Amino acid sequence: MASIVVSLSPASMADAPSVRHHLKENTKVKTNDSSSFLRGGYGNAFVKSKSFSRFSMVAAVNVSHFEGISMAPPDPILGVSEAFRASTNEMKLNLGVGAYRTEELQPYVLNVVEKAEMLMLERGENKEYLPIEGLAAFNKVTAELLFGVDNPVIKQQRVATVQSLSGTGSLRLAAALIERYFPGAKVLISSPSWGNHKNIFNDARVPWSEYRYYDPKTVGLDFEGMIADIKAAPEGSFILLHGCAHNPTGIDPTPEQWENIADVVQEKNHIPFFDVAYQGFASGSLDADASSVRLFAARGMELMVAQSYSKNLGLYAERIGAINVVCPSADAAARVKSQLKRLARPMYSNPPVHGARIVANVVGEPDLFNEWRKEMEMMAGRIKSVRQKLYDSLTAKDQSGKDWSFILKQIGMFSYTGLNKSQSENMTNKWHVFMTKDGRISLAGLSSAKCEHLADAIIDSFYNVV
Amino acid sequence: MAQRIAIFRRAGASPFGARSASSWWAHVEPAQKDPILGVTEAYLADPTPHKVNVGVGAFRDDNGNPVVLQCVREAERRIVGKLNMEYLPMGGSHKMIDETLRLAYGENSEFIKDKRIAAIQALSGTGACRVFADFQKRFRPDSQIYIPVPTWANHHNIWRDAHVTQKTFHYYHPESRGLDFAAMIDDIKNAPNGSFFLLHACAHNPTGVDPTEEQWKEISNIFKVKGHFPFFDMAYQGFASGDPERDARAIRIFLEDGHAIGIAQSFAKNMGLYGQRVGCLSLVCEDEKRAVAVKSQLQQLARPMYSNPPVHGALLVSIILSDPHLKNLWLKEVKVMADRIIGMRTALRENLEKLGSSLSWEHITKQIGMFCYSGLTAEQVDRLTNEFHIYMTRNGRISMAGVTTKNVEYLANAIHEVTKSS
Repeated sequence: MASIVVSLSPASMADAPSVRHHLKENTKVKTNDSSSFLRGGYGNAFVKSKSFSRFSMVAAVNVSHFEGISMAPPDPILGVSEAFRASTNEMKLNLGVGAYRTEELQPYVLNVVEKAEMLMLERGENKEYLPIEGLAAFNKVTAELLFGVDNPVIKQQRVATVQSLSGTGSLRLAAALIERYFPGAKVLISSPSWGNHKNIFNDARVPWSEYRYYDPKTVGLDFEGMIADIKAAPEGSFILLHGCAHNPTGIDPTPEQWENIADVVQEKNHIPFFDVAYQGFASGSLDADASSVRLFAARGMELMVAQSYSKNLGLYAERIGAINVVCPSADAAARVKSQLKRLARPMYSNPPVHGARIVANVVGEPDLFNEWRKEMEMMAGRIKSVRQKLYDSLTAKDQSGKDWSFILKQIGMFSYTGLNKSQSENMTNKWHVFMTKDGRISLAGLSSAKCEHLADAIIDSFYNVV
Repeated sequence: MAQRIAIFRRAGASPFGARSASSWWAHVEPAQKDPILGVTEAYLADPTPHKVNVGVGAFRDDNGNPVVLQCVREAERRIVGKLNMEYLPMGGSHKMIDETLRLAYGENSEFIKDKRIAAIQALSGTGACRVFADFQKRFRPDSQIYIPVPTWANHHNIWRDAHVTQKTFHYYHPESRGLDFAAMIDDIKNAPNGSFFLLHACAHNPTGVDPTEEQWKEISNIFKVKGHFPFFDMAYQGFASGDPERDARAIRIFLEDGHAIGIAQSFAKNMGLYGQRVGCLSLVCEDEKRAVAVKSQLQQLARPMYSNPPVHGALLVSIILSDPHLKNLWLKEVKVMADRIIGMRTALRENLEKLGSSLSWEHITKQIGMFCYSGLTAEQVDRLTNEFHIYMTRNGRISMAGVTTKNVEYLANAIHEVTKSS
């Protein structure tokens, strides 16, 4: 008999006896087949009703092929939203959400997206399969958006671009490429980083380790630690960098620091691997937010870039993004693209069309593109203004003279408050501010009307809870 | 091909700066072209006006054009620009999953009522198979997957990339262009108890050869005896016979017999949602608690692949299936598609027989679904392409979706030409 891998946790082992119990009960089965059902062990059907027949829909169950599978751990971020929904307190505030909210704390569909969808419906476009690499029009505009339309890497056709399932899907394809073509090579991930990064590399069987990033003492960047750890990594490692608006800290390197990072990466022959989930959303400027990527590309470095349109175009649920690999030649880019396709085919065959068409329409059409830039400035602007308001409230209320300016220095949707686990729990339990336990708050879920309340909560938690 | 780890050999100046021109990717070879895509590419490049594309794996109307169903257009109109696009849960749209399960398991399925099915929205059939393969690898790492010969080529890629060992079982009988039932049963019997089998629920791809109802019952019986796990790939429910209930017959037989099955469902063909990537992976479990646990594990596999599935297609499916008017419209439209295919099968066979072909073309109408395994050899296929500008895959698979009243005679003539000496 094939062995069953019962799950590793004790909780699931406790469930296993119920299966044996059922099998014991099952001694009086009549079958209309001459072979015996009861072979013992796993892999047998048994019935709860007395007579077996094909007309009994309810009873028979083969329980055992996946017996003993335990419940997966709850997602740390989804749990926050669930708890928020369950709370009945009027003052409750959901700062776990990684999605943009208006001042009224409502989800926001961009005007340009609505317009694009209307256009698409009017045109009556078909729903045929996209090629494995995705919508050509999308791939063209997404690479141009990232690198700039006049960038040499674009003009020389040196970028292998494949439409993928948002940031996650792009990262996963890249991870699969690394696993296949660089067996044993390691990825370095910032400490901390978006929680799913580790899952992606684990499932892709790519080893990873962390480089220092967040300095709790300064609530800022541990630059020396970061440089030291990148230097110490084996030559030819992949360095996962957040292009802008680091998640979860909101702390980005300065332009000078980016230059230093590029120096070290080049020195050690590492491959820079950018995760760009917030282009345009961080500063409000698409070009400014791409400057780190462009800096590396300008040095002639080969790099990988995962893009997502979840936040900057509000296309969260459409799953639209791209993986880009900058190669030294058009020929290399073609080869790499073909191998990315080979990895994508047994994952999902070809990517979903809807989001790709929306992006292609918005980015490819000058009027829509300009309108998009304005909407993005508006969204980024709202985030900046609540940061300012929160900072002002904190500074006004906190008499101790603590420097809260990191709130202003951090960028993007998220802010690392510096609150520890107990303090974060206090935020939730006492103040009904729902956030993740690492002290991260999503400014996207904050309205200016609630800044005072939040400031009170932060000050109380910081000073009165240990 | 040896994988040279070029990263450890850096030498020479680069026109791009300090880096060497021998790049990271020097050892990356071009991937082989997809055999099916290559057919369409060649077809598109051919300037001949009377060319015929019977390689295409998507439905075409009698003018050879792609079709968007009316029910789909109506559903689209209802949601255009209106909805916010917040992330779906990791497991996908609950509403869509519920409706989708009813389609496969039956409107009044006890398994649904008792909440015993662990199900997630998946990236069409491919995505459903892949998450299942990964799940199989994670929780039954010693198991293998038995795959029919032949099968959709991507099945092999999927289980291979999931690192699950593959075995094959006999299926297609070339001499009769039908099912090699005896050999299939033998293989099922000889597999170790508790093996995992991939079964096509209806409209086998690429052969169009399905077991009869009696044969399915026998297969199910032997599966019970052997304790095998049946995983159904159902990509053509409704599209095969025109009746979704009928096309789910094999699955219902297995459920009645007490198997805890798994199913990969796709809406690519039967709702024409190809590019939207909408499907569902489901596994029947012992009870609700198990189903919750299994679903949570399926989600764990999806999270590092794509986080959560795309919403648009899921909305279309749930709107259509939950609105009685739209659902009826869909049922009519899917029957129209199936009927057109069946009509073309009849026409092709009749034309060949009219031409006086001495060969038997019975299999054209016996086979079911989009594809016909014609029995043509690779050389004959090449002749069809080179002399007659008819494009199909070299295994002799004809996509009946590419056959129209306008080209069926031409096609029959050409087939007759290349086969009459055999």
